[in-house]
Amino acid sequence: MINLTKTPLMTQKQLANPMQPEPFRVKRVMKESYDTFTLELEPIASERLFTFVPGQFNMLYIFGVGEIPVSISGDPNQPAMLVHTTRIVGSVTKAMSKLKAGDVLGVRGPFGTGWPVSDAEGCDVILVAGGIGLAPLRPVLYQTLAHRDRYGKIVLLYGTRSPEDILFRKELEKWRARFDLEIFVTVDYGDSDWHGNVGVVTKLIPKAPFDALNAVAMVCGPEVMMRFTAIELQKRGVRGDGIALSMERNMKCAIGLCGHCQFGPTFICKDGPVFTYPQLQSWLAQWEV
Amino acid sequence: MTLNISSNTKYVLESADFQQLIDVLVDMGYRVIGPTLDHNAVTYDDITSVTDLPIGWTDEQNAATYRLISRADEAFFGYVIAPQSWKKFLYPSQVRLWQATLANGSFEVAPEPEKSQPMAFIGVRACELHAIAIQDKIFLEGDYVDPTYHANRENLFMVAVNCGQAGGTCFCTSVNTGPKVETGYDLALTEVIDPETHYFVVEIGTERGRQVVEQLSVRAADKREAKLPKSITDQTATQMKRYLNTDGIKELLYANFENARWDDIAQRCLACTNCTMVCPTCFCTTVEDMTDLTGQQAERTRKWDSCFTMDFSYIHGGSVRYTSKSRYRQWMTHKLATWIDQFGTLGCVGCGRCITWCPAGIDITAELEAIRQTKGTAEAKKEVSNENVG
Repeated sequence: MINLTKTPLMTQKQLANPMQPEPFRVKRVMKESYDTFTLELEPIASERLFTFVPGQFNMLYIFGVGEIPVSISGDPNQPAMLVHTTRIVGSVTKAMSKLKAGDVLGVRGPFGTGWPVSDAEGCDVILVAGGIGLAPLRPVLYQTLAHRDRYGKIVLLYGTRSPEDILFRKELEKWRARFDLEIFVTVDYGDSDWHGNVGVVTKLIPKAPFDALNAVAMVCGPEVMMRFTAIELQKRGVRGDGIALSMERNMKCAIGLCGHCQFGPTFICKDGPVFTYPQLQSWLAQWEV
Repeated sequence: MTLNISSNTKYVLESADFQQLIDVLVDMGYRVIGPTLDHNAVTYDDITSVTDLPIGWTDEQNAATYRLISRADEAFFGYVIAPQSWKKFLYPSQVRLWQATLANGSFEVAPEPEKSQPMAFIGVRACELHAIAIQDKIFLEGDYVDPTYHANRENLFMVAVNCGQAGGTCFCTSVNTGPKVETGYDLALTEVIDPETHYFVVEIGTERGRQVVEQLSVRAADKREAKLPKSITDQTATQMKRYLNTDGIKELLYANFENARWDDIAQRCLACTNCTMVCPTCFCTTVEDMTDLTGQQAERTRKWDSCFTMDFSYIHGGSVRYTSKSRYRQWMTHKLATWIDQFGTLGCVGCGRCITWCPAGIDITAELEAIRQTKGTAEAKKEVSNENVG
């Protein structure tokens, strides 16, 4: 019987001044694809550890340019290093993509709820990612693989635009070589070298190897993809309250005060970004919420 | 001052002695803010003298209508409410959050000092006290406390004034926020004016309030006078022309997320943001990051924002709420439904400002009623399918 608990995490007590960015130094910038990149950041104060749970996000500030929410894509067991992966879509991410090792950017966080990683112990873990939605799910893979014996099957279903857009490709290939992790990738359009699946990620759900009656699913991608993924998972027999989704909205404060990230009655920043499917179900079916 | 002032007694302060109240508060170190006239409107601003008050003026308010009219008497608080609420002092429209300086290949962030002379508000209406209590829930009682609001709110002295008349857009009675001041004040005044007399009945709400009254030339109210706060506000309640039917309001709006009425409103709504700017409970803000010309100094400013703008819901690829229909729906559904889930109360106190200041005269009470009278798509569909089954 799976029933996800919501995990409210950071409050004022943990963050002295939640609106004030802390400078972090860029250690490495890695190009993932033509429009995505990963930043490895280190706290300026060397003894500082950045602890977070998979699914949480930070507000990243480029000096004088602006600030945006970005999910954390790194390993929660390596708190000396903070890792973010994002796509170039606006002025801040564009400026971010031009950062070089040694540059500095501001960090506020971590904010929000995390994936139900401990609720999933004893269950099969199904991760369904669409595009850049793989980034906030990667910490779940690190976490579950670090405690592999606590979980049943671990299955990643990943849909992206084209073979060139595949995120964390080397890491995925390495993981795929393991016998205790199943990875299925599908693309919207392949090329002549692509011999894998073509089509939307929901098509992978019916044949994916997991025990639907004892599974926890974590889903991140475009809203419409998450909505239909939840429907497909339920058709397989996964309970609605065994499905977690991660939402995205405009955010200015990340602490529930600016009002921008409202989605129905929820504030995505503090009630989410990770929600259980029943919390959102009725709103996901509506337009312009 | 031989009187032994008790919190359980009502007192009478003659209008001729009203200056004492302002002076005592100033002497206690408060920045005294009250109604005054500015740009042909009643405006809450710094006052030092009784003569700063809008003596002898009232406001005519109706949908898309506001004008000052001279009264037949010399009432100090003979108007209904100012266009801008007290929110502008507790949660200013523009606040610098911090400044940052580039140094040694990094940057240093200096938070803004929390400077705040304690404020005393004179002339807070019952609905406005409720609005402040709602903002307290948002900024002080959640997971995170807003430092600016906290600093401004902490030592606030509240002199409430009961409403002697209802405005043309008021509907506080239907949302249980007035017209009588019930709680949340240090002192509550009721203005009594007729050709022979002009005085205030003073009710004490706190020990601080009692200490202030000790310094005023007051006398104990007699039996008749002590009943005036209730009888005057009872009379005001009968003048209320608008009514917000809150019966099952959350469920009603949740069930009518799709309703043809939203399209109808969108034909009229200009998405001008006026309603959100004048609303005493609306709390949304945005931030602006700027640098100086050298690029060495940066700062972040927080400003009031509105869910009626396209930018408000912008994420990569476009705005989530790209039609004014969805933006009006967001605002009204938030005020009257999702707010209840978020903060356990309506987001509306019935002050009527959004009706007065809507250039198209859109009336939230009338629109809610129109939605109540029509059936949302979901409900209509259900009925059709039931008919088919039948």
